[in-house]
Amino acid sequence: MWAMSGWLTDRPIDVAALLADVASAGTGGTVLFLGTVRRSEDDGPVESIEYSAYEEMAEAELGRIVDEARTQWPGARIALRHRTGLVPLGEPSVAIAAAAPHRAEAYAASRFLIEETKRRAPIWKKERLAGEARWVEGRPGGG
Amino acid sequence: MTGAAGRGAAGAGGIRVRIRLFASYAEAAGRDALEMALPAGAVAADVLAAVRREPWAARLPPSPAVAINLRYAKPDAALADGDEVAIIPPVAGG
Repeated sequence: MWAMSGWLTDRPIDVAALLADVASAGTGGTVLFLGTVRRSEDDGPVESIEYSAYEEMAEAELGRIVDEARTQWPGARIALRHRTGLVPLGEPSVAIAAAAPHRAEAYAASRFLIEETKRRAPIWKKERLAGEARWVEGRPGGG
Repeated sequence: MTGAAGRGAAGAGGIRVRIRLFASYAEAAGRDALEMALPAGAVAADVLAAVRREPWAARLPPSPAVAINLRYAKPDAALADGDEVAIIPPVAGG
């Protein structure tokens, strides 16, 4: 939909394609993280979550986060996608594949990527319940 | 809003910036973009000060996150003519 780096997508995430992106003969450990739209007792009957983004900045900030991970773990291969638009219960809103020669780097890069994404990416979510919608207040944001 | 922050600033030496609002802020404001004239030498905090004069801005936290040209910026970051300044609500991606 927007022709930029492509960290954002408004279509369901193709997890197999992400894994294929990071596959290589030199990677002995691959960590796949999926963040999934869930229902919890506190949230009430959430049916879906609508993600919106400051698209140009989210693409730029996710690119910076991935670059930082590649600098910190030079041997790592990384793929990341974040959904925008309506994501139904049970579907991934974010997917991160991190592959490295050894599992320690793959786990570390994966953890860094999801934590920095949650802390910095200018993305917002609105929970849609039966007949109601509400913004979810997240983290303050900032670099 | 246009010119509110920069009465007398839009002329020689003044700058114009585009302000963008998102999510709950855009909903509260009833719009997602506005233009603002500011004096030369204006910083990000000057944009916030001007925006705070609008009734909806009561909901802004004491120090909302701000981005200039797609990067997070500190309140004392200098602005240039044509900059895009975004007021970033608490983020909730992931």
